[in-house]
Amino acid sequence: MRAFLHGFGMHVPERVVTNAEIGARVDRTPEKIEGASGIRERRWAVAETSVADLALAAAQDCLTRTGVAASALGLIIVASGSARPGFPGPAAEVAVRLGLESTPAFDLPMASAGSLFGMAMAAQMAAHFGDVLVIGAEKMSAVIEAGALDPNTAILFGDGAGAVLISARSGPWEILDSVLHSDGQYRDALTFDWSAPLRMDGLSVILQAARKLPSSIEELLTRQKVAAADVAQFLLHQANQNLLVRVAKSLGVPAERVYSNVARYGNTSSASMLIAAAEWSQTNPATGPIVFSAFGAGFHWGALLARSV
Amino acid sequence: MPDATRRERLLRVLKTVTTQPLPADDEESLFESGLLDSFALPDLVSALEKEFSIKVPDRDLNPRKFDSIARIDTYLQDRAS
Repeated sequence: MRAFLHGFGMHVPERVVTNAEIGARVDRTPEKIEGASGIRERRWAVAETSVADLALAAAQDCLTRTGVAASALGLIIVASGSARPGFPGPAAEVAVRLGLESTPAFDLPMASAGSLFGMAMAAQMAAHFGDVLVIGAEKMSAVIEAGALDPNTAILFGDGAGAVLISARSGPWEILDSVLHSDGQYRDALTFDWSAPLRMDGLSVILQAARKLPSSIEELLTRQKVAAADVAQFLLHQANQNLLVRVAKSLGVPAERVYSNVARYGNTSSASMLIAAAEWSQTNPATGPIVFSAFGAGFHWGALLARSV
Repeated sequence: MPDATRRERLLRVLKTVTTQPLPADDEESLFESGLLDSFALPDLVSALEKEFSIKVPDRDLNPRKFDSIARIDTYLQDRAS
């Protein structure tokens, strides 16, 4: 049962929110925000834009780049931690707006690690469903504006969506393996439920992420007998530049081997890894193994290995 | 029982992850004093593992275990026993 990555897509809103703008609202200087996070600016959608709107735009970009018609899709998975609660989730809306009236579509209500979990599931499901479109879409501006702005979290997040097409048909990269983990004992360390502001125990989240991201990558690479030094690119959840640098250090690879666009988009939660992949795939023709990895609220984390065909 | 050598090694490790002077009070919070932040903490745990030849398991990755010199020393003592 083989599965292949055919290409990526992305969408970010037009409006740029600089550190100066958000900093003025939370009494932080632009320099302090950048020093703590590596973030210089992020994109925020207008009030009328929904998670489904962002997801649809990324889906259409992915289908255009891969040359696949929406009618050829066999399954759609939409990961989001910021979609409004209740039902239905955004997946059904995305499907019908792509012109699909009976193609299965389901939601993964997971922040940050959602698109990674979706990719790993899609790799297993592609043989049965055919072409699977995995989307990570987040409107984190609505999350941080849901209550009084918290200076520690309001500076971090941005809006956007990323997408990837996974198929049993041969494509540019073959998915070789993946590892997924969850540990609910830390579920209170990062929470949001629309009734109160996002709450993050930064010490616990960063400590866990700094250990679990590299450990899951090493678990995967060891199992597949691939050296970290031989990986062409690490495409990680873009949480914080300081975290990305520490993961590179833990893996013993140069920092530039871990793709980073967090300075321009901030932390877009489950969208960030696929936005990074969409940018990387357009600008870096490098061949060789690539590793995806993410960590998020729950905690949920893991890694996925693919290799250029 | 406090182990002078272990404490000295611990203080040496702490000095490698912060540029601030160490607190005189072993009970003082390293986080509240600003000596350690969220990114220095993973560096501290890694440095402790290297210095004391231990592996801190995921179940022990609780910031409170590393909140003061006294708590870190207790943790190291527990791991050694």
